[in-house]
Amino acid sequence: MTAPDVRLGALREKYAAEIDAILARYPDDQRRSAVMPLLYLAQHQYGYLSPAALQEVATILGLSSTQVGSLVGFYTLYHDRPAGKVRMQICTDLPCALRGAEAFAQSVCQNLGIRLGETTADGLITVEEVTCLAGCDRAPMFQVQDGTGIHYRESQTVESAMAWTEEVRRTYGRS
Amino acid sequence: MAAAEHILLRHRDIPDFDRLDTYLAQGGFAALRNTVSGKSPQDVIEIVKASGLRGRGGAGFPTGVKWSFLTPDVYPRYVVVNADESEPGTFKDREIMEHNPFQLLEGVALCAFAARASTAYIYCRGEFWDLAAALEAHIAELRARGFLGQNLFGTDFSLEIFVHLGAGAYICGEETALLESLEGKLGQPRLRPPFPAAKGLYGQPTVVNNVETLANLPPILERGAEWYRSIGTKDSPGTKVFSLSGNVARPGNYELPLGTPFRTLIFDQGGGIPGGKKIKAILPAGASAPILVATEDVLDTPMDYDSLPKVGSMLGSASIIVIDDSVDISWVALKTTRFFKHESCGKCTPCREGTYWMQHLLERLHDGTPADAGQVDLLQAVARGIEGKCLCPLGEFSIMPVTSGIERFRADFAAHEAHPVRRTEAVNGR
Repeated sequence: MTAPDVRLGALREKYAAEIDAILARYPDDQRRSAVMPLLYLAQHQYGYLSPAALQEVATILGLSSTQVGSLVGFYTLYHDRPAGKVRMQICTDLPCALRGAEAFAQSVCQNLGIRLGETTADGLITVEEVTCLAGCDRAPMFQVQDGTGIHYRESQTVESAMAWTEEVRRTYGRS
Repeated sequence: MAAAEHILLRHRDIPDFDRLDTYLAQGGFAALRNTVSGKSPQDVIEIVKASGLRGRGGAGFPTGVKWSFLTPDVYPRYVVVNADESEPGTFKDREIMEHNPFQLLEGVALCAFAARASTAYIYCRGEFWDLAAALEAHIAELRARGFLGQNLFGTDFSLEIFVHLGAGAYICGEETALLESLEGKLGQPRLRPPFPAAKGLYGQPTVVNNVETLANLPPILERGAEWYRSIGTKDSPGTKVFSLSGNVARPGNYELPLGTPFRTLIFDQGGGIPGGKKIKAILPAGASAPILVATEDVLDTPMDYDSLPKVGSMLGSASIIVIDDSVDISWVALKTTRFFKHESCGKCTPCREGTYWMQHLLERLHDGTPADAGQVDLLQAVARGIEGKCLCPLGEFSIMPVTSGIERFRADFAAHEAHPVRRTEAVNGR
């Protein structure tokens, strides 16, 4: 198979080595398999997956932007619109809820002055409810999706969660 | 009857077990070396068949038998590791990957040898971002030390392992949806047959096994099928990592022989029910099995693949969610239904629409608006309309907590009809 015509977009330029390493994981005639890792890369670069970002990924892989775009709505960790600098994703599924996660989520939102799904006024933190994260024995817990990836924070209290939001403010707030 | 020794959670007994040198010092990779140098792939399949190992992802299908379905003489073949651990209440594969990664990776290599595959993908749920990065580092170390790559141990067996991250979709734990996702498509299940052993990844013969299943292989190859069969029960040999969560004093993973009764796990190991409350119900397989009334007989039931159906449920991934007597089971059904409605991939109409309507009806029972007298029966009817009509088990799973809840805890549902305007979400922490 001949390599698709690659437009040298910002993604291709900035992450040339990473993209090559990703493509090398899959057979030469199965480049489409690289779409999910490339979407993560694009999301890190742009903060969210804009139509232009989708087009860039599509061009690298020789796919249509519709083929790429359909994935964004299907998988919850891809986002097609901007939000806070960090997404605080609290698990409120059954095992966590049995250990107080719903009350935890409500208190965190109250303290931040927002409702679930909203972003703080300073544009830093978006609080979201998510399904099971495999951290049921350390509830309440949440994951943080930011520019560096996804990180767990477990065995939380409202106090420890609020202390973390302060940390976020210190990290991003003055930039 | 605590497990005499850990077979899978060995890191709990041995410090720094996630370091390659420690793993090697404890005999790690001896099973792979001896197998690759001295046995045929068919020998490995026969040993695993003889061990009676059953798939730990939930279905409990005999692992060696699954491998023997690979279409003969068609190459390349693939091994795909199902590390998309997403069942509510399940967190066992995560602990194995985080703390005993080399035993998993040795198991992947043994599986690839048996399947005559030279490429393996570990499909890790996207949320396991940090864990996946650590796994990649372990794989690079194995490559550098000659345990992965070309012509391993001077034989013609070669193997590369790659980590592939999902992006948040429960359905990708279903093996054909996982393969679609790995091919860069929407994670929607395929019509079967053909099964992955005939046409799997990229249309090639493929073995898909769960993390815990594969972590069992090094000890089985090292110590033999007979030793393995000495643990657990006749039809469910070996140990199982039980994920214990919910209203229990010491939630966590417990590795115990299959056939251990609920009572041992929940009370002896897990410390029982906190806050002076009593046990009311057990979800033995996360959200994906009928809810059990926690009677004395149920508490004495051995947790294995064949005993659970006899009391009206399933072992599944053995994620035991404990429910105490302050909890309204209709609320439990609401929580599980919201989960399945959110996670339905949308391919099959009965599941896509049925989970929507079940959620709608359950929310009406709970939102304080007057509920019609026949609403619980209507809910039951909607659930029955999904049963047996979907491509994959998700639709089937979605109705199990609902139908079993109504059948076994009818009063909890009926209370919302009898007192339609009272908000009854009196649940722990709410």
